Amino acid sequence: MFRLPADKVLQRALFVVALLTASLVGLIILFVLRETLPALQSPGITRFVTDESWHPLEGKFGMLPMLWGTLFSTTLAVLLATPLGIGMAVFCRYVAPPALVSTFRGLVTLLAGIPSVVFGFWGLTVLVPLIARVEPPGASLLAASLILAIMILPTVALMSEAALAAIPESYAQGAAALGLGRRATVLRVMLPAAKSGIIAAVILATARALGETMAVLMVSGNVVETPTSLFAPIRTLTANIALEMAYATKFHRASLFVSGLVLTAVIMLLAWLAYRAEHHIQKATGVLHAA
Amino acid sequence: MKLQVYDRALFTLLAALLATLLMATVSVASFAQERKLVITGASTAAPLVAEIAKRFETQNRGVRIDVQTGGSSRGVADARAGISDIGMVSRALSGEEQDLKSHLIANDGMSVIVHKTNPVQALTREQIIDIYTGKITNWKDVGGKDGKITVVNKAEGRSTLELFLAFFKLSNRDIKAQVVIGDNPQGVKTVSGNPGAIGYVSIGAAEFEAQNGASIKLLPLGGIAATTENVRNGTFPLSRPINIVTKGVPQGLQKQFVDFATSQAVTDLVKEQYFVPPAR
Repeated sequence: MFRLPADKVLQRALFVVALLTASLVGLIILFVLRETLPALQSPGITRFVTDESWHPLEGKFGMLPMLWGTLFSTTLAVLLATPLGIGMAVFCRYVAPPALVSTFRGLVTLLAGIPSVVFGFWGLTVLVPLIARVEPPGASLLAASLILAIMILPTVALMSEAALAAIPESYAQGAAALGLGRRATVLRVMLPAAKSGIIAAVILATARALGETMAVLMVSGNVVETPTSLFAPIRTLTANIALEMAYATKFHRASLFVSGLVLTAVIMLLAWLAYRAEHHIQKATGVLHAA
Repeated sequence: MKLQVYDRALFTLLAALLATLLMATVSVASFAQERKLVITGASTAAPLVAEIAKRFETQNRGVRIDVQTGGSSRGVADARAGISDIGMVSRALSGEEQDLKSHLIANDGMSVIVHKTNPVQALTREQIIDIYTGKITNWKDVGGKDGKITVVNKAEGRSTLELFLAFFKLSNRDIKAQVVIGDNPQGVKTVSGNPGAIGYVSIGAAEFEAQNGASIKLLPLGGIAATTENVRNGTFPLSRPINIVTKGVPQGLQKQFVDFATSQAVTDLVKEQYFVPPAR
């Protein structure tokens, strides 16, 4: 009955598994699209851009302030976390004594493992009151960006360090043979060589910041307004879904799925940019770092 | 040919495993049908219902009750769709929800809260409206210290927001908030962390948190102190019923639980959660 060679069996099984995984993404996007249909038909797609405010129960569906909220907080967080993370990686790789490195790496790994809701709770009870002392209400774009920066810092640090560690030994030897100091070796040889890995780290961190929900919800104030200062409250697209989904029905529900769709689109755009960036670097640096 | 034997053995094993799994699922499903209750709905009601459920479970061996939050709207939707056996709704059922049967388990009042250090002792109805609509933005205009007011509002769809808007005859579009929050604990934490904040949460939650050291103060309304006592005797104006709802007349285990939750046997639990037991 079952006269298939073991290889064939394995091959087919793996194909099925791969197909399932790939079709999951498709199914999710299809599902989201289907759920958004009522909203895209009745208020209409332009209303999400042109309406001046977000009050779905009163027929106002303006989503732009939340898109800005998401983009601003993520951008700020990435701008904060990238230099810190790369600095950390360089320090661990080339500067710190070995004993300190393992402690540092352990701590950063621990930081990566802390659940986001804990960050949010800490932000709400410590960070927000602190900011409120400078400029009320405290729950703000600044608070959201700081929390996000802390959360994505381990991703940038650990992945950048891995990228630096993957550089062939010959690079270091070559630099030494040329009589380069540590500063020049790191800045002119190692960092450029690890560029594609570091960019991948930053892009992954950006994706995480874009998708983060719970922690941001707790510290950002969640007012639907385009932020005009660092101390202004924001609502992100993810927080919007989490805040209102449990209570939403009909159009309200459908328009929340539009939030999700917009978010998916932003992340797809990011993935495309990442692909382009990597392609670009591969062309510039040749085949060495094609992997 | 060894391979063939091996393959066949493997597939037999797999088939046997599948069959076992299938049988297990069926038996679990039928077991669950008899002895499990799913209750979903208002986050205000959930802690109380969870306590009632715990007591119910100890008195009825083999019963498992699953309490999930998600708001009054979910309580209604789930009970109606049969996803849950019982829904929790922290308001009176509206006209279009009369297909469900509601059972009163407690009363809850809603209170306006400010930071403990705020010298303001009371606000009039008009002052609260002006603060929430952004006409008053500094505490010194209502008799407090000079300082910006942080208006804390609830997210769209929450029943606390609906009740607040209905009571003050406001539309959510008129409200100029600086912070929008989800549930009561988040509201209490937001206000206790900001000396200039004003918000509104359940009296039960606020009184509980204030007694446990949260830096908040409950403001009276219309000269009546915001206490569970005043909700019980019906004098506090801003209050609401906590209901559990069923699709039609409750039956079997469902009926047993509804009877239990509306009986004297849980009065102490209702009080423990800073709700107010209804007259029975």
